[in-house]
Amino acid sequence: MATSTKSDPKNMDLTLRIWRQDGPSDRGHLQTYEVSDISPDMSFLEMLDVLNEQLNAKGEEPIAFDSDCREGICGMCGLMISGHAHGPEKTTTCQLHMRSFKDGDTITVEPWRADAFPIIKDLVVDRSSFDRIIQAGGFISVNTGSAPEANAAPVPKQKADRAFQSAECIGCGACVAACPNASAMLFMGAKVTHLGELPQGQPERWARVVSMVSQHDHEGFGGCTNTGACSVACPKGIPQDVISTLNKDLRTAMRQGG
Amino acid sequence: MATTTLSAPTARKTTIALKLLMAVTGAFFVLYVLLHMYGNLKVLAGQEAFDTYAHHLRTFGEPMLPYGGLLWIFRILLLGSLIGHAYAAFTLWSRAGSARKTKYAVLKTAASAQWMRWGGVAILLFVVWHLIHFTIVKPVINVDGPDAAAIKASPYTMVVASFQLWWMVLIYLLALAALGLHLAHGVFSAQQTLGFTQTPKARARAKGIGNLTAALVVVGFAIPPLSILFGLVK
Amino acid sequence: MTDLIHGVYTEGEKIADTKAPKVPVAGMWEKRKMDAALVNPANRRKLSVIIVGTGLAGGAAAATLGEAGYHVKSFCYQDSPRRAHSIAAQGGINAAKNYKEDGDSVYRLFYDTVKGGDYRSRETNVYRLAEVSANIIDQCVAQGVPFAREYGGLLDNRSFGGVQVSRTFYARGQTGQQLLIGAYQALERQVAAGTVEMFTRHEMLELIVEDGRARGIIARDLVTGEIQTHLADAVVLASGGYGNVFFLSTNAMGSNVTANWRAHRKGAYFGNPCYTQIHPTCIPVSGDHQSKLTLMSESLRNDGRIWVPKKREDCEKDPRTIPEADRDYYLERIYPAFGNLVPRDIASRQAKNMCDEGRGVGPMVGDFRRGVYLDFADAIKRLGQKAVEEKYGNLFDMYARITGENPYETPMRIYPAVHYTMGGLWVDYDLQSTIPGLFVTGEANFSDHGANRLGASALMQGLADGYFVLPNTIRDYLAKGPFPKVSEDAPAVVEARTAVEERTKRLLAIKGERSVDSFHKELGNIMWEYCGMERTEAGLLKAIDLIRGLRAEFWRNVKILGSADTLNQSLEKAGRVADFLELGELMCIDALHRAESCGGHFRAESQTEDGEALRHDDQFLYVAAWEFGDGESDPNQPGSTMGAPVLHKEDLVYEAIELKQRSYK
Ligand SMILES: Cc1cc2nc3c(=O)[nH]c(=O)nc-3n(C[C@H](O)[C@H](O)[C@H](O)COP(=O)(O)OP(=O)(O)OC[C@H]3O[C@@H](n4cnc5c(N)ncnc54)[C@H](O)[C@@H]3O)c2cc1C
Ligand code: HEM
Ligand code: HEM
Ligand code: SF4
Ligand code: F3S
Ligand code: FES
Repeated sequence: MATSTKSDPKNMDLTLRIWRQDGPSDRGHLQTYEVSDISPDMSFLEMLDVLNEQLNAKGEEPIAFDSDCREGICGMCGLMISGHAHGPEKTTTCQLHMRSFKDGDTITVEPWRADAFPIIKDLVVDRSSFDRIIQAGGFISVNTGSAPEANAAPVPKQKADRAFQSAECIGCGACVAACPNASAMLFMGAKVTHLGELPQGQPERWARVVSMVSQHDHEGFGGCTNTGACSVACPKGIPQDVISTLNKDLRTAMRQGG
Repeated sequence: MATTTLSAPTARKTTIALKLLMAVTGAFFVLYVLLHMYGNLKVLAGQEAFDTYAHHLRTFGEPMLPYGGLLWIFRILLLGSLIGHAYAAFTLWSRAGSARKTKYAVLKTAASAQWMRWGGVAILLFVVWHLIHFTIVKPVINVDGPDAAAIKASPYTMVVASFQLWWMVLIYLLALAALGLHLAHGVFSAQQTLGFTQTPKARARAKGIGNLTAALVVVGFAIPPLSILFGLVK
Repeated sequence: MTDLIHGVYTEGEKIADTKAPKVPVAGMWEKRKMDAALVNPANRRKLSVIIVGTGLAGGAAAATLGEAGYHVKSFCYQDSPRRAHSIAAQGGINAAKNYKEDGDSVYRLFYDTVKGGDYRSRETNVYRLAEVSANIIDQCVAQGVPFAREYGGLLDNRSFGGVQVSRTFYARGQTGQQLLIGAYQALERQVAAGTVEMFTRHEMLELIVEDGRARGIIARDLVTGEIQTHLADAVVLASGGYGNVFFLSTNAMGSNVTANWRAHRKGAYFGNPCYTQIHPTCIPVSGDHQSKLTLMSESLRNDGRIWVPKKREDCEKDPRTIPEADRDYYLERIYPAFGNLVPRDIASRQAKNMCDEGRGVGPMVGDFRRGVYLDFADAIKRLGQKAVEEKYGNLFDMYARITGENPYETPMRIYPAVHYTMGGLWVDYDLQSTIPGLFVTGEANFSDHGANRLGASALMQGLADGYFVLPNTIRDYLAKGPFPKVSEDAPAVVEARTAVEERTKRLLAIKGERSVDSFHKELGNIMWEYCGMERTEAGLLKAIDLIRGLRAEFWRNVKILGSADTLNQSLEKAGRVADFLELGELMCIDALHRAESCGGHFRAESQTEDGEALRHDDQFLYVAAWEFGDGESDPNQPGSTMGAPVLHKEDLVYEAIELKQRSYK
């Protein structure tokens, strides 16, 4: 590695192997870059910003990657970092900080890989399949203005809490990225559980699960083998038990002739 | 952006339905394996107990069922389950393969899905060999000559003769290892698929049950061959 | 043409809102809804509406108009409508439900919002906002939004942002996310139903105004680079706030002013551009690499105590070793009545004052340490670590993740950051801009918050606009349609399209030396320094000069690689920064002309003896609505033709509320 002059002894020099791909039809390859003097206080994406500024200065096109809120809530960011979705910590890529790495580390950065998430460019993938799963039934049909008084239907705390926990999903796709089968069951289970725990979600409950799972399969996601890697990667800690609820709901729907 | 939504989705055609099939057939296998294990342990009680038990299996339900009737019902169910189980496993396997055609350069997540699949294949190969060994061809490897026919006639002697060979025991132990791994995850997995694990506590319990079943099966099956090998049963 | 004032702007005729019915505020909205023309359900399908933005304001409107049967085209620059910046809101949403029986009412919410806005908002709009607030909660709960609940299963409320009643509904620290997911799901339901066409990763780059009406937009497909024309009967901008003009803010990386600015250039007036909210509790900047700032919920001020060392020498010390006697709990000292809970603008400005005095803490950034302590030691002693953990655990974790420090042990450091823009396109009571057929909702309009927004009221406004207000007012406009079909090669359409194509080409052709980000950072520094928490005439004049210079350099020297026909994130940023470079100047001009202090706008020349903001109702009781002044095409900056803007004043009339000087002492 090139000898670097570090402005702070805590700073790091790193080797990055980053996936570059011009467009959907390009084959793509891993390209090696060196960055130096990286502060442990930087976020992972800020480190990539630094690299991009360097590339731009050298006349090389910057690396495309998605991010927006950069505070772990919008779900826009997402990189496979040395084999871990969103990196080694339980958080989003944008909230991963460089203090999780050591001077001299080699870091491999890849896009989410799943055929249902086609690559657009470099590290940017198309996750619109998630939107289509929601379109298939991930909602409660209520038109504006037709809602009853909010406190008319009390929700037991326990159910409210589980609904909330499931509703925390940010739709980032890390579950799919980490799943050996590229399955989106955790994402879908989270939504089915969120709506299924609430009284408002009951009328459409069985139809919802059937439509969503069918759309999921149609999009080309794999089936679930209860591996649990999704839940480990999930930055919001959505537990694997939402998949159990999803399965149970599908079974009930089947019994009802869905 | 293009939006293709499906018309008339059906629950039966989903990947989860395949999983349910796998869970139900798997659960049936577990039941069978546990019964089989219990039967095998009768080897420890001596020739008569074991042979009576084998005989019993075939006369059970008589006269309502013909000789070996229940056994045949079981066999048919087992065979059907095996076909269903394997069909679902291979369908999902190939689906998973095409769900990610470009592999990661570096991936650090659990490989348990692959373990289950190759483990299943290993068990299948073992069962084929096992049937040849004890049910269909019954080659008596340890003894030559006219004694062989006598040995074949008594399941007890057949088993004892086989497991006096160290490599035969080894084959079975390897198979048991595969089975143990398959069940440790499989029993948990079936509960998850059936929707019995909707809280963290229930999930922990299901994992416990999986590990326990696996341990029970491995130990239970391993006792007779090892006892024979080490001369505790003759 | 009148002469230039201050050498930078001219003054035009006054404007007024003509849509609010002339009845007392309490009956106004009912009357407006009654008077607004209806559209026959069978005709709705033939009417199309473009909605730019899928945040609370845009997403809710698209879903509602879709349900009603209009043909809606919805746009966002992210890969999914669910990622609009509304998702980041943490604290909560206000509504006058009075579930706590603590004396809340529509009137009180109305009053608090007007007072909080330092009497610079329009009474009529704010009253309506308070009026529909309760419906929002009903709507969201029916959609499955998991608000916090009590053990009895009913909805919980908390008090928020310096008001004396508990009217804030919340979902842990993720209220915005939950509300947005509700709107998003309603929107996706309409996509499936075929009433809404969704265009993700599309950026609006120009407004089409034909025959004096807004009739469509030009958008770039960010994936293929294709420049597309979309035509409709009406256009709604719900494109959010422009806090990113400061480079560092709590806004998402992509938040921009482009949609608004393009409409402004086409004739929509820009209301109160200088009103910016600076939030006191953000995590301080740690170095030059920083790309954005992270907000820590305001609720932390309920239990944390804010202080700085009394002596400058102590600023480098470990805070735990500084004895009580050497600490200055300055908010408690200056505002004994409200203490650490003073409104955002006041808390922010005092933090800046402390740092400017050289008593800031944390690492040196530039010449100063920019941080103050937010200390939970007392709270931990009083309530126990467990209780503190339960209340604020996720915020503490976030702080620890970002800073690498443990806030249970050492006090947190906080510093103000740009957070919200009260300014935006000027709209009337119907939320229609000065261009007929162009409606503006949510943070993108100059809004209901006057010179300062109270906590938990932006979400309320976004959803009020989206679910209840716009759908009712836009129909009055649409009832006049369908308007004559516009052809794709009508001169106005071709002109708009060519403008976008030319601009894209021009940006790529500059091939200069400096990256887009470097310009953005420099602009941000100028804005923060001179148009930030404290503004002076001299500083603003200087800033205007600096911005003009920077803009000229941008158009000569920016370096954008790659091409226009693929995903090109540098190109996207460049277009946004180009617009910020014009907006920044307008903000400074607005701040310059308003020689009073009000809400988030503090003019150093206008303060009381003890350093508090001093309003001048006699001179400034109006909304400043700026008309774009088309200038000469300057060879130095071929991309910009910004001339002197024209000020139109809308007088503010207070009938239901008496004007008072705000005091929190
Ligand atoms: C960190 C944070 C916390 C907050 N907490 C609270 C809180 O607790 N309570 C509260 O009331 N308020 C809070 N606010 C303020 C509130 O979140 C926002 O004011 C509000 O959500 C804005 O909603 P919106 O719908 O107007 O715009 P946004 O949600 O910002 O949506 C803008 C939309 O416009 C689209 N868009 C923008 N430009 C273009 C373009 N050129 N072309 C196409 N699409 C475009 C974007 O894709 C996006 O969909 C908070 C804000 C921040 C930053
Ligand atoms: C044909 C050979 C076999 C193959 C290819 C195979 C493969 C699989 C696979 C891929 C799974 C799913 C794993 C998962 O969900 O993680 C599975 C599950 C299971 N298998 Fe097998 N298996 C085979 C034979 C057996 C046998 C012989 C038994 C029992 C003795 C068995 C018991 C189970 C059980 C209990 C499950 C759990 C069901 C579930 O996941 O829902 N399998 N098997
Ligand atoms: C050490 C362990 C084992 C011993 C000693 C053993 C022994 C036997 C014997 C003696 C039979 C013939 C029974 C009869 O025909 O009456 C048999 C049949 C069978 N065994 Fe095993 N077995 C062992 C392990 C297993 C395992 C691990 C499996 C499955 C995974 C298995 C599956 C079967 C099956 C399917 C049959 C055929 C049953 C039938 O005839 O329908 N066995 N076994
Ligand atoms: S379940 Fe978790 S990993 Fe999957 S999309 Fe939601 S937040 Fe991301
Ligand atoms: S990792 Fe994949 S296999 Fe299932 S449990 Fe998670 S989706
Ligand atoms: S950028 Fe929003 S979650 Fe990471």
